[in-house]
Amino acid sequence: MSQVIRSPKTYDVCIVGSGAGGGMAAKVLTEGGLNVVLLEAGPPVNPEKDFKMLMWPYDLPHRGAGVGGQASKNFSEFLAPNGAWIIDGEPYTSAPGANFQWFRSRIVGGRTNHWGRIALRYAPIDFTSGTRDGLGDDWPITYQDIAPYYDKVESYIGVFGTKENISSAPDGVFLPPPKPRCTELLVKKACDKLNILCIPARLAVLTRSINDRAPCHYCGQCGRGCTTASNFSSSQVLLPPAMKTGRLTLITGAMARSVVVGKDGKAEGVSYVDKNTGTEKRVNARAVVLAASACESARLLLNSRSTTFPDGLANSSGTVGKYLTDSVGSDGWGYVPALEKMPPHNHDGVGGMHMYIPWWKSDRKNDFPRGYHIELYGGRDMPGVGMFHELCHDEEGYGVTLKSRARQLYGTTIGFAGRGEMIPNPHTYCEIDPDVVDQWGIPVLRFHFRWSEYELRQAQDMQQTFRSIVEAMGGVYKTKTAIDGEYPFGIREGGKIIHEVGTARMGADPKTSVVNGYCQAHDVKNLFVTDGAPLVTNPDKNPTLTIMALSWRASEYLLDEAKKGNI
Amino acid sequence: MSVGISRRDILKTLALSAVGGSVLQVIPAQAAEYAHQAVQKAKAAASGKYTPKYFTSHQYATLTSLCDSIIPKDEKSAGAIEAGAPEFIDLLTSENEHYQLKLGGGLYWLDGFCTDRYTGPYLDRTPDQRKSALDLIAFRKNAKADPTLSQGVIFFAFVRNLTCDAFYTSRIGIADLQYIGNTALPEFPGCPPLPEA
Repeated sequence: MSQVIRSPKTYDVCIVGSGAGGGMAAKVLTEGGLNVVLLEAGPPVNPEKDFKMLMWPYDLPHRGAGVGGQASKNFSEFLAPNGAWIIDGEPYTSAPGANFQWFRSRIVGGRTNHWGRIALRYAPIDFTSGTRDGLGDDWPITYQDIAPYYDKVESYIGVFGTKENISSAPDGVFLPPPKPRCTELLVKKACDKLNILCIPARLAVLTRSINDRAPCHYCGQCGRGCTTASNFSSSQVLLPPAMKTGRLTLITGAMARSVVVGKDGKAEGVSYVDKNTGTEKRVNARAVVLAASACESARLLLNSRSTTFPDGLANSSGTVGKYLTDSVGSDGWGYVPALEKMPPHNHDGVGGMHMYIPWWKSDRKNDFPRGYHIELYGGRDMPGVGMFHELCHDEEGYGVTLKSRARQLYGTTIGFAGRGEMIPNPHTYCEIDPDVVDQWGIPVLRFHFRWSEYELRQAQDMQQTFRSIVEAMGGVYKTKTAIDGEYPFGIREGGKIIHEVGTARMGADPKTSVVNGYCQAHDVKNLFVTDGAPLVTNPDKNPTLTIMALSWRASEYLLDEAKKGNI
Repeated sequence: MSVGISRRDILKTLALSAVGGSVLQVIPAQAAEYAHQAVQKAKAAASGKYTPKYFTSHQYATLTSLCDSIIPKDEKSAGAIEAGAPEFIDLLTSENEHYQLKLGGGLYWLDGFCTDRYTGPYLDRTPDQRKSALDLIAFRKNAKADPTLSQGVIFFAFVRNLTCDAFYTSRIGIADLQYIGNTALPEFPGCPPLPEA
């Protein structure tokens, strides 16, 4: 490279990453009057071309299995262009025994193009859980601080749900929920018998038209990406209004390498590799917002070393990359004979559950801290690759017998996904691998990961609950898990739930945290982190809604500070 | 592809009418139909006869026979051959070395097994002999009794999975299951009355 190509312009703000956190910052900051440049490591997304909504498996030569039958390694071929666990040329490493799986999306909108749309508020107690049980730390902000932003986010993106007055799962601003599916009604009946809460789900899918977006047409395919933008994605819901202001410059194929810091210790811009031309470039900005995903933002900070910041930027506390958590995940399924009697009917609904089980034991003494929720699936879904492998395994044989069994058993299974809170531990963190760079020359992350006894006991409780619900429905629980081995009680590898957070956590004390309650770096006043990295705890509520609420709040604060001339 | 109405048209119609506030009653079935027609046309254009991408013609004929045995035509619907299972399996195998070893090797195994037991390759055996061979490798318990069957059992289970994948992702298989959906509705209708348990 002969020279670094510098953009002559100085933007007000440079945002890195166009997913939930970056998209929200782009919207709020441009609408607030600032000129913003947004760096995205992937290509643009074109819903009409890239999304496979309403296609049948037989419309694709591989029927959804992907080239060489390999699609299952990165979810189905039908999903919205969504990233991967392994990206050619962009490795990460795991310390011995860690086996952390890191899912990355390199595309405009990031992981919001395909995510599950589960939009759950953290509860008041989630912000003070350190005080509550002595494990980990409290947040520097309270539920009252974030609640108005939950309101704003829900009102803007559209979330369905119902008011339930459950202290561990606060109500929000809700659109009406879709009617329950048969599978969900059966689960609800069983849960009533067992004293387990089962309530309408809370998903960012429109059941009514809002903000000029069409309501859902119930094809059940949110994960494929929605051509009518009836579900939420950053690419379709946050970036268009930002674009409309005329103040957003979106640069795709921009692989951020480091934050550039001036002699005064303030951020001056971002260095990146332009993937399209293979050239080193730089944009200048008066403030920098990192929203590249929790671990990618930590990597950027750790790679932004200078004489002023020898351990990485905003890392005087040494906590960048620490406090990494993912959700505890354990899944199961059962066969429910009552479903054999259901006449054929349209079961699609929205792309995700209509009912779910919030954490229902928060007021009891459990043998593990915190809690989990249960997501529901199963029933008469669109047939797909892999759907009958379990049946083949159980029934064996071949011929007319196999075929008629498939006919009889189609749609008779109900699945459960337990998603719980992991307590941060000192054995789980990411750092820069001293030996490895990616194809752009950027040092990569090395992960350390370990589940503790807390999480294993939680997974055990999940498995017992799934079984009790299936049996209360008169069904047969089919998932077998061992109490030892690599995945006790079916606990998933770290990272597999794709809820990794905490790597630049917020706190009141600059000695033990990276950013303050406004996601502003303690050490660098014009540097913000608005993805999952600032989250102090990782409750059993999927983090995306909270990421957006925090990003909105941080962006308003940034606007304010900019107006006051503080940035 | 120009097969009358396109998915693109459908999506456009859907977007326009939905944003306008009036919700489409039902997306015309053409949304689903068009691509399938295109595939059929492409097939017809390729003069009907499929040339395997990976398997030899003998292997492909054996594979086709296995697919047919696994999901045959019955009184309700056509079978795995009509559903394109052999083509699907050949396509994936042509792209995956792991499949090539499992399936290519497995087909050799089957012929060796039939030669040892019935004095000739699988395809040349009588229907009764083929059935007796399949009855042996279609069940795990047989490999427990006779360990020499275990590789065949694993091979057959793999072909069975792939055949089911192909059949139940075909138009024929999806209709056989009476799946109703992949369409646009103004409201989700909910569950029909639950039968009394």
